[in-house]
Amino acid sequence: MRNLVKRFGKFTALDGISFEVKEGEIFGLLGPNGAGKTTTISILSTTINLTSGHASIYNRDVVKSKDDARKLIGIVFQDPSLDEELTGRENLDFHARLYGIKGNDKREAIDRVLKLVELEDKADKQVKTYSGGMKRRLEIARGFMHKPKVLFLDEPTIGLDPQTRRKIWEYIVKLNKKEKLTILLTTHYMEEADAICSRIAIIDHGRIIRLDTAEKLKDSLGGDVIKIGTGNPKRLMAILKKCKLFGSIKEFNNGLEITTNNGSHAIPKIIELAKDAGIDVAYTTLNRPTLEDVFISLTGNAIREESASSADQLKANQEARDTRGKPI
Amino acid sequence: MANLFETIYTLWLREILRFVKSKSRVIGSGGQPLIWLAIIGVGFGSAFTFASGQHVSYITFMAPGIIGMTILFASIFTGVNIIWDRQFGFMKEILVSPVPRLGIVLGKIAGSTTVSLLAGLVVLAIVVIAGVIPLGMLSIIGIAIALLFMIVISSIFVAIGVIIASTVSSIEAYNVIINFLVLPVFFLSGALFPLSNAPLWMKALAATDPLLYGVDGLRGSLIGIHNSPIYLDFVAVLAIAVFFIAIADIAFRKIQSK
Ligand SMILES: Nc1ncnc2c1ncn2[C@@H]1O[C@H](COP(=O)(O)OP(=O)(O)OP(=O)(O)O)[C@@H](O)[C@H]1O
Ligand SMILES: [Mg+2]
Repeated sequence: MRNLVKRFGKFTALDGISFEVKEGEIFGLLGPNGAGKTTTISILSTTINLTSGHASIYNRDVVKSKDDARKLIGIVFQDPSLDEELTGRENLDFHARLYGIKGNDKREAIDRVLKLVELEDKADKQVKTYSGGMKRRLEIARGFMHKPKVLFLDEPTIGLDPQTRRKIWEYIVKLNKKEKLTILLTTHYMEEADAICSRIAIIDHGRIIRLDTAEKLKDSLGGDVIKIGTGNPKRLMAILKKCKLFGSIKEFNNGLEITTNNGSHAIPKIIELAKDAGIDVAYTTLNRPTLEDVFISLTGNAIREESASSADQLKANQEARDTRGKPI
Repeated sequence: MANLFETIYTLWLREILRFVKSKSRVIGSGGQPLIWLAIIGVGFGSAFTFASGQHVSYITFMAPGIIGMTILFASIFTGVNIIWDRQFGFMKEILVSPVPRLGIVLGKIAGSTTVSLLAGLVVLAIVVIAGVIPLGMLSIIGIAIALLFMIVISSIFVAIGVIIASTVSSIEAYNVIINFLVLPVFFLSGALFPLSNAPLWMKALAATDPLLYGVDGLRGSLIGIHNSPIYLDFVAVLAIAVFFIAIADIAFRKIQSK
């Protein structure tokens, strides 16, 4: 997709988004509430029209050849989209018919996906009797049952318990590996993006502010943080500064905070240096920055006012753009 | 083309499945007209002499009108399903699939038409069993023609429901519009009283009422009383149906580009 712009009236939800997802990749889209993740997915999945720009899936333009693009995609929407009156199996049957899966193939496909998300027992109960997690699993099953080439998952694990969430990661990775399925997913769970995405785009105010692998994103914060407890932080700091092996060093109450690459190798070295100088070390801790740290540092601390008026949003957009400069 | 028919069938099937799971709907839509028939039919019939010079009692005259009313009520409220589907998100599942949009609209209309038709048939069966329409008046051909009328009338009002449901997004707004529409359509259709002695302005207004031709056709085919030739009535309802279904198709396409 190139230069995607979407306006709702005067409000610009997407302000020139461009990225490319490679075949067989699990691509993560992260961003605060209202950043434009769902809007991006809606455009790519042909459910809303774009204002300007161009987007295509396997060279099928999502505006000009909607039906061709639709054939290639599967989607799990952020909001529920099941027929609650029908049973799980009936929902899948309806889906199969819409995608032209018939007869034996249909039965097989339904059984296959029900088994994968472990809903065989509940398949013939009305969906309104399902728990939230079961509904979500059914939606995921439905999303890939017609063997799409690209699967869009808009917050697939929202509201699920950790066990179910991990199960769903497993399905996602399995599908990606076994069926060579390209996946574009959004999430607010940073460890989720970290665990399964091969690349991550962080978007805010309708723009991509960073796009990279999880590792590189974390490295961009300057590396690991080591904390050292010692009775003589000043002297240790002087020693460490002198050998210039480490990044930034800060002093705190009875200790030092050191930011450096490759923290696990740095710790023995620091202890050795301290020992040589006769300084005793009480404890050491090592913290790798998490994706969450990256996320916060890139998108700021402010809570997103979901109910903010368009004008306010527009202003916020403008300010963000002015201060941030040109994003990649 | 095959794809179009499969889509229609798929959407139709879902409406039927949903209907089977909520049987109370048919009782609701058939019950109200029967109450009208009992109270107005018996009440008016005993209070006034039926002065249209017809050879039937008032309640018999009114019965085909009540079948038309059943279909009107049952059909026009089915548009609510579209609003439900939008609110519950199921519409997204339909819209994102690679099926012809025309198939979606036609399938919806076919499904809701079938359901409303059932309500009409239930009321027809009841009025025949209760002797309101004497068996002697009925013929196989007459019933077959009535059935055709019921299908076409139903599709008209289902299509109108689709048009309204595609334009408004809340159930409240939908109900306000429908309630505003439904009574004039009903009263001007000649279901309750013949319009032959009505003032000219009312006749003119009634001529724009799709149900007028439907009720005339139903009455003609079931009890042999009609103002215009039945085939003309049929051409009229058919033309109106095609017109509203075409508009419904256009209105429905607007939903997705929000
Ligand atoms: N139909 C609409 N009409 C007007 N504004 C809209 C519409 N849909 C979305 N927006 C606005 O566009 C912006 C982006 O919304 P979007 O749903 O894409 O956010 P998101 O990144 O998915 O957020 P979340 O994490 O909360 O799901 C928001 O400011 C939202 O208010
Ligand atoms: Mg969203």
